[in-house]
Amino acid sequence: MSNEQDTNHTDLSRRRLLGAGFALSGLALAGCATAPDSGPSIGRVVIVGGGFGGATAARYLKMWGGNVDVTMVERNANFVSCPISNLVLGGHKQMADITRGYDGLRALGVKVVQGEVTVVDAAAKKVRLAGGGELAYDRLIVSPGIDFMTDAVGGLASALATDQVTHSWKAGPQTVLLRKQLEAMPDGGVFAIAIPKVPYRCPPGPYERACMVASYFKTAKPKSKVLVLDANPEITSKKGLFEKAFKDHYAGIVEYRGNNELKSVDGTTAKLEFDDVKANVLNVIPPQRAGDIARSAGLVNVNERWVGVNWLTLESTARPFIHVLGDATFSAPAMPKSGHMANQQAKVAAAAIIQLLKGEAVNATPVVMNTCYSFVTARDVVHVASVHQFDATEKTFKPVPGSGGVSSAANQVEGRYALSWADNIWADMLAL
Amino acid sequence: MIRISVFAAATMALAAPPAMAQDAHLARNLAATCANCHGTNGAARGDMKVLAGVSADKLIAMMNDYRSGNQPATIMHQISKGYTEEQIRLIAGYFAAQQPRK
Repeated sequence: MSNEQDTNHTDLSRRRLLGAGFALSGLALAGCATAPDSGPSIGRVVIVGGGFGGATAARYLKMWGGNVDVTMVERNANFVSCPISNLVLGGHKQMADITRGYDGLRALGVKVVQGEVTVVDAAAKKVRLAGGGELAYDRLIVSPGIDFMTDAVGGLASALATDQVTHSWKAGPQTVLLRKQLEAMPDGGVFAIAIPKVPYRCPPGPYERACMVASYFKTAKPKSKVLVLDANPEITSKKGLFEKAFKDHYAGIVEYRGNNELKSVDGTTAKLEFDDVKANVLNVIPPQRAGDIARSAGLVNVNERWVGVNWLTLESTARPFIHVLGDATFSAPAMPKSGHMANQQAKVAAAAIIQLLKGEAVNATPVVMNTCYSFVTARDVVHVASVHQFDATEKTFKPVPGSGGVSSAANQVEGRYALSWADNIWADMLAL
Repeated sequence: MIRISVFAAATMALAAPPAMAQDAHLARNLAATCANCHGTNGAARGDMKVLAGVSADKLIAMMNDYRSGNQPATIMHQISKGYTEEQIRLIAGYFAAQQPRK
């Protein structure tokens, strides 16, 4: 019975394929006649982290690879997006607007495990989970995002642990907490935001946050101030556009101070080199490095902070068979640490991993690009964009001269595009 | 590298320059760089332009107009300049063969 079905199935497929003009050997035909996921697996890929990098890799491994066993381990039950989270702080969006589930990936056959990888055993090619249990891999993807160097700022670790100070640089409960603090703040209060030296996740994000909090104050608490304490000498991204937004929309509300590196915190007082700033609500974006699991796995090999990768495959330069994506990588020249870039890197990695599992050569000419929209009011948006081509001589991605750039001015057309960007990238990574 | 079969040598001789063989999935990979805004395989949502199913000639003409400035844009005049003409041709061919989202 089963033989007969198989024969019929093969014959039908053979006729269909031959009719379509294919001339294939029997072996190749057998491979083609089966549905993409029903044949033998070409390999096991374990993904650590279900953010922009990890989720995109899962989706594209399934979409492009067919019979790849993909298991994604993520701490949280749902994805909460950092992009658009500043609109929640401004009161223009709700948490539900930036939260999406993993059911789309499950429907593609990705095994989504809610949990935490505690140990990467690179020699045995397996990872251990917090609750016990192990997952063996042929290729491992580590997409851990960033963790904070809280020791670099005195008192910060305990201030964060007790919720006196927020970072809100990972979206989720921290977004909710900061919004509550802003709502509870009396009119006439001071919101201070401290920005670390570059490199950090999402270069324009802090300035967008200043705008969004100021937009809330402007209508709800007009006597209040937003104080931007930047460790960098000047605004690090879309400088002219943010300066114009501060002046045009938030004069008397936003005060920007460059070269103001946060040294320590005491309650909600920010201590700088020459003075102290007493804030009602203090938001500290701490200095950052690759996520903890990258460090414990022995992957951090650049400046004791980041992971070096081979840009053709995103494979770690420290450990073979382990690919690292997104903010945790030591960025190529002029490459931002962004969710958009993590998504792009994940596609390069997914294509390469499928080829490596099949024993094929990898694409020698990959391209990645970045688009980052920032809201300066609830509706007006500015962008920065760049395109990066792989340079075979220097073995890295380089921005294409004459391409990319920023908005000529803030505008509402890009306000609509920014929200559509979010819908499209979330759908792209999560298979929504 | 030395023990190259006659068949492989013939294939390489037929392949277009550059010397390195082009990845079979290059068009797919390049088109995937557009998906963040224009949807997976060009099936965009919301206010973004749907690229899936648009003819290759039209897509190439649009990109050329963005590059030259004939077609004003918020962002595509900057992004289009990051791709080579050959890459744009590959991307256009890929999207032309895709189905728009239902």
